[in-house]
Amino acid sequence: MMTSGQPGEFLDASIRSATPLLFAALGETVSERSGVINVGLEGSIIVGCLAGVIGATAVGPVAGLALAGIAGMAIAGVFVLFAIGLRSDQIVTGTAVTMLGLGMTSTLYRVRYGDSGAALTAPTLAPIGIPLLADIPVIGRALFRQPLPTYVVATLVPAVWWGLYRTQHGLSLRATGENPEAARASGTSPRRLQAVATLFGGLCGGLAGGTLVLAQVGTFAEGMSAGRGFVAIAIVALGRWHPVGAALAALFFGMVSALQYLAQALGLEIPYQFFLALPYLLTLAALALASGTYRAPAALGERHGAST
Amino acid sequence: MIRRAVRSVVELALAGALSVTVLSILLVSSGYPVSDALAALWDGAFGSWSAIASGTLIRATPLLFAGIAVSVAFRAGILNIGAEGQLLMGACAATAVAVSLPVSVGAFGALLALCAGALAGAAWAALPALLRLRFGVLEVISTIMLNVVALNATGLLVRGALQEPTGTFPQSALIDTAFRLPRFLAPTRLHAGVVLAVLLAIVTAWWLRATASGFRLRMTGANVSAAESAGGINVARVAFVAFLTSGALAGVGGAVEVTGVTYALYENLSPGYGYTAIAVALLARLNPVSAIGSALLFGALESGASAMQRDAHVPAGMVGVAEACVILVLLASEWLGNRLASPPSWIRGPAPLVEQPVSGR
Amino acid sequence: MEPPLGLPSGTNRAVNAQAPRLALEGITRRYGALVALQTAALTVARGEVHALLGENGAGKSTLMKIAFGLEPADAGTIRVDGHPVVFRSPRDAMRAGIGMVQQHFALVGAMSVAENVALGGTGRLDLQHTSETIRRIGDESGLTLDPDAPVGSLPVGAQQRVEIVKALSRLTRTLILDEPTAVLAPSEIRDLLRWTRRFADGGGTVILIAHKLQEVLSVADRVTVLRRGHTVFTATASQTSEGELAEAMLGTAGGGTPPARTRTRRASTAPVVLALNAVAARDARGFERLTDASITVRGGEIVGIAAIEGAGQRELLRVLAGRLVPSRGTTVLPAKIGFVPEDRHRDALVMDATLTENVALRDAGSRRGLIPWSAIRDETTALLRERNVRAEHAEVTARSLSGGNQQKLVIARELAGNPSALVVENPTRGLDIRATVDVRNALLAARDGGMAVVVYSSDLDEVLALADRVVVMVRGRLRDVAHDRESVGLAMLAADA
Repeated sequence: MMTSGQPGEFLDASIRSATPLLFAALGETVSERSGVINVGLEGSIIVGCLAGVIGATAVGPVAGLALAGIAGMAIAGVFVLFAIGLRSDQIVTGTAVTMLGLGMTSTLYRVRYGDSGAALTAPTLAPIGIPLLADIPVIGRALFRQPLPTYVVATLVPAVWWGLYRTQHGLSLRATGENPEAARASGTSPRRLQAVATLFGGLCGGLAGGTLVLAQVGTFAEGMSAGRGFVAIAIVALGRWHPVGAALAALFFGMVSALQYLAQALGLEIPYQFFLALPYLLTLAALALASGTYRAPAALGERHGAST
Repeated sequence: MIRRAVRSVVELALAGALSVTVLSILLVSSGYPVSDALAALWDGAFGSWSAIASGTLIRATPLLFAGIAVSVAFRAGILNIGAEGQLLMGACAATAVAVSLPVSVGAFGALLALCAGALAGAAWAALPALLRLRFGVLEVISTIMLNVVALNATGLLVRGALQEPTGTFPQSALIDTAFRLPRFLAPTRLHAGVVLAVLLAIVTAWWLRATASGFRLRMTGANVSAAESAGGINVARVAFVAFLTSGALAGVGGAVEVTGVTYALYENLSPGYGYTAIAVALLARLNPVSAIGSALLFGALESGASAMQRDAHVPAGMVGVAEACVILVLLASEWLGNRLASPPSWIRGPAPLVEQPVSGR
Repeated sequence: MEPPLGLPSGTNRAVNAQAPRLALEGITRRYGALVALQTAALTVARGEVHALLGENGAGKSTLMKIAFGLEPADAGTIRVDGHPVVFRSPRDAMRAGIGMVQQHFALVGAMSVAENVALGGTGRLDLQHTSETIRRIGDESGLTLDPDAPVGSLPVGAQQRVEIVKALSRLTRTLILDEPTAVLAPSEIRDLLRWTRRFADGGGTVILIAHKLQEVLSVADRVTVLRRGHTVFTATASQTSEGELAEAMLGTAGGGTPPARTRTRRASTAPVVLALNAVAARDARGFERLTDASITVRGGEIVGIAAIEGAGQRELLRVLAGRLVPSRGTTVLPAKIGFVPEDRHRDALVMDATLTENVALRDAGSRRGLIPWSAIRDETTALLRERNVRAEHAEVTARSLSGGNQQKLVIARELAGNPSALVVENPTRGLDIRATVDVRNALLAARDGGMAVVVYSSDLDEVLALADRVVVMVRGRLRDVAHDRESVGLAMLAADA
């Protein structure tokens, strides 16, 4: 039976699951537009999760979120050092960084909180209601009574858009992802731009991890990033390498995962794996069907500069 | 031949020494007793027949299958990071065959299950291959997504079509003995899949080296332009074949897990074998025979890590950090090697004239 | 009031009215053993169109890349308005008001004209403003462009306009154009040359790298000629002639070209092996480079192709070698054709594979089953010996060989396949004298063995030295010419076929 609260709850759940995904996807959008595919994003997210818990228990949830971002950026620094500094293969480097992040967090967690991983609860970020707006029926709670990260990511979308499309550095960054030689000939430094873009991606990945623990789960578990870095790469593709597209695609992924709760509530016998797999299949279909107009940056993943 | 073998053994030993060094530093810095922890690691990896056979070798086997798979793809210049998904689909198909065919197939049961695994892995790899060749979708992106899809498909199957008869646990029924790989060295868990993996490594290396199609694959991966212009090679077809072969190898790996180790399909059958396989292949310099050694190293590290966590209460994740460091050091040495091998530009002379068309898609 | 486009609009430095706008003095640039520039000099005054002439490989592009900060000079001084400057990157040169349109455009095909023009600035991106600038420059200069059009969809001429407008939008006062007419249609060439004249008359400065003498004399104020890295000639355009320039460019004799073994030129009467009839072909960008080419090559002769850069020889050679399918016309090609492309690192060899594997590559596409490695290794070892390829043994990588030995290996491999025809592109580029002689002798021996051989070289002396018959290619068409330096040279440089 459907109650009047359910559409609102569904939207609320969608937005909550979409928030960390959107953080990660926005960062990955920026780095992929500069020609860098960072498979190590998963590493940034898991590191952000643990840093978030540590910061939140030591100081407070907002400090935890900040520490999560810094930690995510720091491990992305390893990726930058190798994939951009030493021109190593981006995929291999990314795989190593993800392994590093997963191994490091599980080690630190056990070292710090004991073998059993004693039930650890971090203070979480409470939802902040925006007066009046939060009281709008159905959508009010979903849109205007959310924890801090949701508002941050919501402002980050237009900010990233502005940065990519309304600043000269954004233009240079996009040109680097398409044709690094052209960017170089016009007097910019492709590798510096790629390094900055990838570090920003790591920052966002860390914030995604911080959001996951501080606004949703409230605790750390080994491997809790659960492939969200890979989800983000899919979202970037579905969002056509555009920040607004990424927002819509993240919301779509969030809705699909919220759908499982709705299905449960409605007593439908559809296994949740179906919902989890569906958006990927749709993304692949979208990529294939619109292959002419709908494409990755031309120089994505290239070890450019290796020839010069 | 001998020089290459010696070099890969030396590299393997260095990688092993490096991971133990990194591990020791991590242990010291986090205040664990180094000797106890390393002793536990050694015991878990090589300390006894049962540790070697039931631990290290069993762990190394899926890594070797997937490592060969990754090597074949990377050799062809294809960034297939979908070995994880292809392995899972192989496991699903093998289980499906084993629980649905009559037991009367007898000795062919296991063989049929492995063939089903190979076919399913190849079919799963055909998707990104088609997406790449027909639609230009980067295989890095598509294989990442298909890994997630495969994981969820497995989850779906163990709760649906392949769930055990009582319908309570998210796993398949145990497969009948007819479909199980023969075991030897009882009471260890050593199974025929280990032998198969080593055989496939040797056969794949031979294929790449001795046959025309293997040669085409290597040349296409090394220089597409020369392969096409000087060799008259149909590079698209080579890429497709490489994708399917890679998928089939990973798929057999999944089938072997089910028919040799678990005897049932589980959702978390693979703790990321397909991803670790990238490190295995890389450490082996994409040579399938050398991958036997690197798969053993990683298998030993992971088997030892479990023992270390159990007996010395040292987090197993530390071994993951050590593995990651091995890859990073390898990348750094590759960079150093390139720097030393290629003299500065003023010695090298002018860069070749390369036409750089404006990309107008 | 807005200053006229691209004209001096105020500068931080005191402008010395007497000093030349740009002076390059004693510029030397070496690439390993190859000396690209040897104390080359170029002085360009404000308000002039200055043509820089020279054969391929004379050092024109290198000199201009140094002037634009894309390459460092090993020795020499650059002065702008009399002040010595050091350009570490194009950005430094741009700050000094120097812009360059390179032969291969540095454009982002997926982006709009406005985005490409704006690329490289700092601060806020205001495409509206950039679009206005593009329109204004278009109104003033005649270089009209749609600011919103994606660059990848534009024809080559318009892409070139994007590059020029991009330079002008940065208040470039000295514009270097590297062989700008090579890719243009005749009417586009006229428009471009008219524009350069107007730009110079308005106080700007243009350095025009060019091949075609008629074009050059019609627009330039002064001319400088480079030959083999030296500045050999400078004159006022009105006081020189096509003949004088051609002589300065080509030199009177072969210079340092090593002689091939003595031989007689002869007319072959053997059957025709290669034939093209009214063939057209497109390059990778879809631009029709080969428009109407007809040629026949008989067994036992070497046909030399002479052409300036971008005349369509690249596509011609690939059609002849069976590597490019023509878009029009009919072809007669034998089953086996050997091909020696100019970029051996990219198109002929797998650098990290062994010599044996590189020899095996020849039949890789059609081979079945097992590869007879020991037989191929023996074949390779024999080839190394016969063709004088210096390598330790057949199992070293191609990368470990010197450039000359790599090239000898490629030729040996192609000839060992017993082809009926051999197509060769710039066979001795970058090789030392000894290797050059070996390569040329191999080609002559192939001809003597009855093979049909086609040779293109950007070095005219090489074409003349090797060919029994010379065909000149101009703008996608071929025509026969007499086998002497002067007629070939003039035919190549003609403004139109």
